[in-house]
Amino acid sequence: MQVNENENWKPKIIAFCCNWCSYSGADLAGTNRLSYPAEVKIVRVPCSCRINPMFILRAFGRGADGVIICGCHPGDCHYSEGNYHTRRRMTLLFSMLNYLGVESARTRVEWVSAAEGQRFVNVMNSFVQDITELGPNRRLEDLRCREN
Amino acid sequence: MQGELIKRAVGLMENGTVNRVLGWRRGEFVYDITPSVFSDKDDLEKNFVYNEFCGNNLSRYLVQESEKEGKIAVFLKPCDTYSFNQLCTEHRIKRDNVYIIGIECYGKTSADLLREKGISAILDAKNNNGTLIVETVYGEKQIPMMDVMAERCVSCKSKKHVIYDELIGEDGGVLDSHRFDQVEEIEKMTAEERFNFWRGELSRCIRCNACRDVCPACTCEKCVFDNPKSGIRNKGAADDFEENMYHIIRAYHVAGRCTDCGECSRVCPEHIPLHLLNRKFIKDYNELYGPFMAGAEIGQVSPMCDFTKEKDAEPSIVQKGGAE
Repeated sequence: MQVNENENWKPKIIAFCCNWCSYSGADLAGTNRLSYPAEVKIVRVPCSCRINPMFILRAFGRGADGVIICGCHPGDCHYSEGNYHTRRRMTLLFSMLNYLGVESARTRVEWVSAAEGQRFVNVMNSFVQDITELGPNRRLEDLRCREN
Repeated sequence: MQGELIKRAVGLMENGTVNRVLGWRRGEFVYDITPSVFSDKDDLEKNFVYNEFCGNNLSRYLVQESEKEGKIAVFLKPCDTYSFNQLCTEHRIKRDNVYIIGIECYGKTSADLLREKGISAILDAKNNNGTLIVETVYGEKQIPMMDVMAERCVSCKSKKHVIYDELIGEDGGVLDSHRFDQVEEIEKMTAEERFNFWRGELSRCIRCNACRDVCPACTCEKCVFDNPKSGIRNKGAADDFEENMYHIIRAYHVAGRCTDCGECSRVCPEHIPLHLLNRKFIKDYNELYGPFMAGAEIGQVSPMCDFTKEKDAEPSIVQKGGAE
């Protein structure tokens, strides 16, 4: 993969978290004083199926190095079946990104419940580590949005 | 065949079954064909054309035409009938307002494909049992049809009319085509090679939106790419990201509804193999969620609107190489 020219390079990670499970999970991580990398920027969505593929592409376009989607465990969706739809949609979208040669490790879906503060932290740690190893996103980047 | 179609269309207009006919209009050259609605018998007899260049899928135009007063007759090739069914499933076509005449098809060619083989100045072309006899300014030329057919016709998925009111010619069956071969080849490349391959193809995109405009599945009245607030309404892709994004979203919006008619690749002025993007989605959901052919029947549930609670593939399958 790419070599990090800058030793101090920190990835930018966008995490889409569903309001009912994963966002509460992140909250729980906070109240338990568990720490997770500051590179993760959380966007709260009502349900993981609210996430339009365009959100993910646009996050990459605006300079994200990785996008992670967190939702309730299958079967636990607040709206009964939202995350089942997410599961199919994201499988196909990730497969397409892979087909176009964008590293598939930059995208991930994880199921995190409201009680799993520790799991949220573990997931974020491992994702940030993966992206740091991969290096900056160059293949799906909108050059007009680059800051410097 | 053309005479037969005109005779039948005029017959239907005369006995009052329909008041207009959707077909192909003669252009300046034999390969220069426009889809058109004929409401006048004389016009129909004079300007209706059906030949080896009539590749247009007419189903899409029925979205608007079937809303109008009176019945319309339409000529559909086997692959066009799939699009028709899919549009009926989505309640975009009023079935009662359409009279479908199924016509047989042995593959279509185009002036561009003939020019690639060094045949230009075309005056006429006829398919004679798999050999295309082309009359040109420089004399008659013969070439096997397989060499000059569009890719979608070489790997034709079906000769079966899935819906029709009457048939001219013969009905065929669903074919065991090798339409995923090219997709598999790309999948075998490394990520770097895939990226470079698609960059080479998609960087030619001029964002003319022809692939969207011609697609029988892309029939939203308000398209996301026309929304001035979306920031992506540009004509002429601004950079790499936008080219990638446009094509991913275009293919994604028709995933589960694309009947693989190949119109996107036919109209692309830059000859980008756009059908390979759509086919990737088709291949993926066939493999992951069971065989599904959009438009095979009216009322099917698309795999994108469906799910199984227990044994659905997890998105992590992509990282593990499952859907590669």
